Amino acid sequence: MHRIRSESMRGRAGAIAPDRPVRPRRKRRARAYVPHAALALVGCLFLFPIVWLFLTALKTPEEIFAAPPALLPKHWRWSNYADAVAAIPFGRYMFNTLLLCAINIAGQLLSAPLVAYSIAKIPWRGRGLVFSLIVATMILPGQVQLIPVYILFSKLGWVGTFLPLTVGSFFGAPFYIFLLRQFMLGLPGELSEAAKIDGAAELRIYAQVMLPLLKPPLMTIALFTFVAAYTDFMGPLIYLNDASKWTITVGLQGFLQDHGAQWEQLMAASALATLPMIVLYFVGQKYFMKAGSALTGMK
Amino acid sequence: MSTRTPQRPPQQGAPRRRRRRVFWTGVAFASPWIVGFVAFTIYPFLGSLYYSFTSYDLFSPPHWIGLDNYRAIASDPNFYKALANTFYMAFIAMPIGLVASLAVALLLNLKVRGIAFYRTLYYVPAVIPIVASAILWTWLLNPDYGLVNIVLRALGLPDPAWLLDPRYTKPSLILMGLWGSGAGALIFLAALQGIPQQYHEAASIDGAAWYRRIWHITLPGLSPVMLFQFLMGLIGAMQIFTESFILGGGANSGSMGGPDQSLFFYAIYLYQNAFIYLKMGYASALAWILFVIVVLLTVLVLRTSARWVYYGGE
Repeated sequence: MHRIRSESMRGRAGAIAPDRPVRPRRKRRARAYVPHAALALVGCLFLFPIVWLFLTALKTPEEIFAAPPALLPKHWRWSNYADAVAAIPFGRYMFNTLLLCAINIAGQLLSAPLVAYSIAKIPWRGRGLVFSLIVATMILPGQVQLIPVYILFSKLGWVGTFLPLTVGSFFGAPFYIFLLRQFMLGLPGELSEAAKIDGAAELRIYAQVMLPLLKPPLMTIALFTFVAAYTDFMGPLIYLNDASKWTITVGLQGFLQDHGAQWEQLMAASALATLPMIVLYFVGQKYFMKAGSALTGMK
Repeated sequence: MSTRTPQRPPQQGAPRRRRRRVFWTGVAFASPWIVGFVAFTIYPFLGSLYYSFTSYDLFSPPHWIGLDNYRAIASDPNFYKALANTFYMAFIAMPIGLVASLAVALLLNLKVRGIAFYRTLYYVPAVIPIVASAILWTWLLNPDYGLVNIVLRALGLPDPAWLLDPRYTKPSLILMGLWGSGAGALIFLAALQGIPQQYHEAASIDGAAWYRRIWHITLPGLSPVMLFQFLMGLIGAMQIFTESFILGGGANSGSMGGPDQSLFFYAIYLYQNAFIYLKMGYASALAWILFVIVVLLTVLVLRTSARWVYYGGE
């Protein structure tokens, strides 16, 4: 656009003074590389720490403390990974973490769309209030609820089990309900028709008509729930006191406490904890990218 | 937040029985949230208010001590320390991160080939578990062997002790936050793409330079999302926990809260009282004070937002 304009102006530069001096072609060509250079530079800043994590995890202690450090390890010490996995019950932590992720995803997918359907498509009195309360709870700091919920779970005898870390997901997270409601409002739907049928038929419509349409946002929600459950630290830290129940994040912290000075193993353990997230991200990349647009719909 | 409201259903002459049926259907569908709201919002909310007036260690029943917890907090130097550190994160670190996210978003909004690739890459640090990234950054910021200082020394710049020097611990967290700014950038990016292209074209034709277009078109167009990000960032910063916990060496170490308590944040203080000292009443009072602070800040931000948030023609 800008190029075409300055090109056409060059011919009659005398007639209409261009707003900017017209640059020679070569300089303009060079300028075209500036965005790429900036993007690549910032990209390196973002990515290099991750590369460094994986490379450091393959070095010997001598290489790690070498000055100046070499980029690549001389001998790729894959045994660092084996040592890290042997030092802590890594498989156990991973299994626990993935189990928690799966249950949380199931909980959110069962509950959040149901609630969103209620406030988006069923014309009942009170749904406006429910919607306002959902928005209000989105900005409530979770730490206000933390202690009484802990006391409640401890009275139920649930501390030390996975229940405190999973039960909540079956009640629908406000943020996901919000996203799904926005999505549903964009779908055509005959509210007047909905008003004519009974509850059982409504459930059928929901399951057979609505749910299949919700696949994209439900994928986004599943991925977000996975990331949240996988990376959660405070929850497992507070509720899981028995090391056999630990998740990856708490296990990694325990490893840090016990092997704080063995950087090559710490890096290997951190790299292993990070890898599933990176794989998941690249697999579900399309849905992660959608999150931004889903959020901006809320203005 | 302006959200589309569905048209009201035609209610004229709708028999009362049908309306009641619709009501109960709606309630039934919303019931998971309603139950969760009572169990995990209303109850804890009132529960923590009650516990804040008690002394309670989980083992013997709570006993009422009136305002003693609040009085003790008012004269607890740790409270002010934690509050000051947390405000630093909320009002210095968080805005810096927000500006960085915006800058990255502007970069990712460039119309060049391969931009989708860059967008994918920039987000990667944001999916790394905080525990892992905190360990990684502890190493990167190692005063002697860390990559950051090796580069700084090579450039002839000062090489601070970062996480070991109380003056540099919070800037270290800012650095870690900048590294994850791709996540915020993606949200800004979506908003940038929602700004009508004609505005920019019209301004270009009128001869507006790129920085003037950013100031007069881009920033006003982004302001609703900016408000959202600012609020969420504020609430998040007030609850910052994991970074400090990992960098401080965990619950059992004497260094909790980092060197010279420079990373002693409100959430750490709360955690310490609740789960290490088992002072549930005291911690509940802390939680309520935090809640009141967050509400006040939110109201303040929303009040002033009318002056700087532009909602377009909607």
